[in-house]
Amino acid sequence: MRTPFIRSSRCAPLLFLASTILAASNAHAQVTPQRLLETAKEPQNWLMYSGDYSGHRFSALDQITTSNAGALVPKWAYQTMAGGKFETTPLVVDGVLYATGQDDRAFALDARTGRPIWQYQRALPADIRPCCGRVNRGLAILGDKVFFGTLDTHVVALDSKTGNLIWDATAFDYRKGYSITLAPLAIKNLVIVGVSGGEYGIRGFIDAYDASTGERKWRFYTVPGPGEPGHETWEGDSWKIGGAPAWITGSYDPATNTTFWTTGNPSPSNRGEGRAGDNLYSNSLLALDPDTGKLKWYFQFTKHDEHDWDATQVPVMIDQGEKHFIAQANRNGYFYVIDRSTGKLVFSNPYAKTTWSNSKDAEGRPVSMKEASPTPEGSRVCPGAAGATNWMSPTYDPQTKLFYVTAREQCDIFSTAPQPYEEGHAYYGSAYFPNDDTAPFWGALRAIDPGTGKIKWEWKHPSPTWSGVLSTAGGLVFTGDAEGNFIALDAATGKALWHFQCGASVYSSPMSFAIDGKQYVAVAAGSALFTFALP
Amino acid sequence: MSASNDWNKKDSSPQGLRHAVRRCASRAFFATIIFCFTALQLSAQDQNPLANDPKASKLGEFQFRSNCAFCHGLGARGGGRGPDLTRAQKRHGNSDADLFRTINEGVPGTAMPPNGATQQGVGMTDTEIWQVIAYIRSVQVKTPAQPPGDAAHGKQLFFGAAVCSTCHMIEGKGGRLGPDLTTTGSARAIDYLVESVRYPSRRLAQGISEAMKEFSQEYETVKVETADGQKFTGVVLNEDHFTLQMLDLREQLHLFEKDKLRSYEKSRESLMPPYDQKMLSDKDLQDVLAFLLSVGAQ
Repeated sequence: MRTPFIRSSRCAPLLFLASTILAASNAHAQVTPQRLLETAKEPQNWLMYSGDYSGHRFSALDQITTSNAGALVPKWAYQTMAGGKFETTPLVVDGVLYATGQDDRAFALDARTGRPIWQYQRALPADIRPCCGRVNRGLAILGDKVFFGTLDTHVVALDSKTGNLIWDATAFDYRKGYSITLAPLAIKNLVIVGVSGGEYGIRGFIDAYDASTGERKWRFYTVPGPGEPGHETWEGDSWKIGGAPAWITGSYDPATNTTFWTTGNPSPSNRGEGRAGDNLYSNSLLALDPDTGKLKWYFQFTKHDEHDWDATQVPVMIDQGEKHFIAQANRNGYFYVIDRSTGKLVFSNPYAKTTWSNSKDAEGRPVSMKEASPTPEGSRVCPGAAGATNWMSPTYDPQTKLFYVTAREQCDIFSTAPQPYEEGHAYYGSAYFPNDDTAPFWGALRAIDPGTGKIKWEWKHPSPTWSGVLSTAGGLVFTGDAEGNFIALDAATGKALWHFQCGASVYSSPMSFAIDGKQYVAVAAGSALFTFALP
Repeated sequence: MSASNDWNKKDSSPQGLRHAVRRCASRAFFATIIFCFTALQLSAQDQNPLANDPKASKLGEFQFRSNCAFCHGLGARGGGRGPDLTRAQKRHGNSDADLFRTINEGVPGTAMPPNGATQQGVGMTDTEIWQVIAYIRSVQVKTPAQPPGDAAHGKQLFFGAAVCSTCHMIEGKGGRLGPDLTTTGSARAIDYLVESVRYPSRRLAQGISEAMKEFSQEYETVKVETADGQKFTGVVLNEDHFTLQMLDLREQLHLFEKDKLRSYEKSRESLMPPYDQKMLSDKDLQDVLAFLLSVGAQ
């Protein structure tokens, strides 16, 4: 129940305790599909990548508040002892923390002490082709199994008590440039994943596997084949290598039985020549039936993208009375609010510096100017290729009714560099590099009013960060920075209340859980997973 | 295996060849003949098999843009942290085999990563590396850059009348307020160096060998006033949202928490004075540049 955790309640501490004792009584119970639907009933747990199906990354725990956050202390750290970016968001179920690490590690820890229960390391082939690091963002849990996607493009199920491999399903041949880095999403008895590989000329897809057996139940190709609607948006055979990977976890609306997934760039990423057309369903939001994988509707943010502006940001479901929306701060620099039932755009508004559009189409979607296209000499465009934001999760706080997103202020010079397609090999067709501005890039955490798209406050980062954002019922937002700080801010004002120097940049999105009546906040930074709580 | 594929093999280093030759000596006669024949083929890797192939150099230009231009700039003339590669003399070796090794294995202790290990790219095949080398050869100047200046006089100016060494170090001698210039001469384009002397604020220094930092130190100017009224001016060594690590004009290190300062002001106006003609004539500037290049060439 969310009510006991509302900050204003005088009985909150008592109810908090009662609730966690209640939870302790069903410790180590199986995670049923019903529990995944009712995450609000067990705020001490974090049962999926974004915390719940809505993509809010909001914790209803309210023990850590704006008044006491300054007293937060580290409780324990867990080292993966691996190099590279540590992008995981842990899950916590009844006192056990589950997470993934670099090079496709997975592990379960005693969430109170950080002591390992089991550790799994996938034996990866030497010739895997992850574009952007040997990363993994996390697990899904269902029944007595945890699930993750691998860099060699398998989906695996591990026993949640031992880490033993239960099943291993091949999604695709990794040698062709496919990999999986996202945390799967469990719906009913299905485990849903999407693939990475927008740098290789793959043909993207979203898959659903039977959680019990690993049998694939459906596949939705994000680039339509011959005879399918949308196929006509590709020139010649370009659809075969059209990209549109789906490498960030989706969300789910049980009321309409619709799961929302986002897709990345068409291939080659920064060169439109040879793939004339809108290139559906690249850079799109897809509404799918989770039982069948059938497309209900789509919304394309950037048509015929030439700037690598993947729409792979977690789709955030926001309800205002009887109205149901999806909000997304897109990599292209615009904040979009979309009607969740129809896929129609409500409005779009820039939340970072943009130079690529000076008009909107009839539906209100920003239209790209010709001048923004990459040229042999290079053309300067804001945002740059890393985007105004990227895969790091935003958060929606139902108490402040604000949407918080990590923004990046950087412009790049986009230059074409034609290259032939070769299976399994890098296929950019272009290049980008920092522009000649004398001022350096910077970043910000921005609080956006999703009703208007207006920025309510911003917290400046000295340099852009790859940390996501968590909001909590204690009136706080948590984020990390490239300088290694993990920071608690007042959700209403953006004032920093506490910070801790982790010793390395944060490349992950934080989460919160409770055990023994104590609220923790966890974040991965460097090669360590840190947890913090009140003394 | 066809001969044309031989240059795709991985071990192209001179050491590898030496080992191959040594191994040959210990083989049975028949095996020796075959093996040494292969080694002879391998020796072709000392030279770019795609040299003088204009098509390869064009493909190499595109590879360069995708994989190298981020640091070395469009046209290979150097970028934020990547050296100017159009210079005839390369710091980490000049032969084709040296360039291949530098690209494939990176340069330890610098921001130059091994091929495919940048966490952002996906790596080039051997063929593509040779294409890139063909491209670099096509844009590099034909003769080593020897400015007409007098390096010996330039050294006198650097450590004497021009007072460069008050703030800059070369090979362990000099001041600390500005960037160490030991490797600058071998890394930066001449016009970049000239601009840095004449208009130091136009583009603040960007570190070349800071492998550990995502964003390199820029020697921004900072002025602070502490709670007890002390004022310091200097350069930023590092900072984050909450703290500042700076060196003041007397090279004293100060470590501050920003919220405890009375004032804190950062500027991109360099502490280095613009060296106009009156401070440093064109001829003297040429001499200083000749000195910087002579250091880099060592």
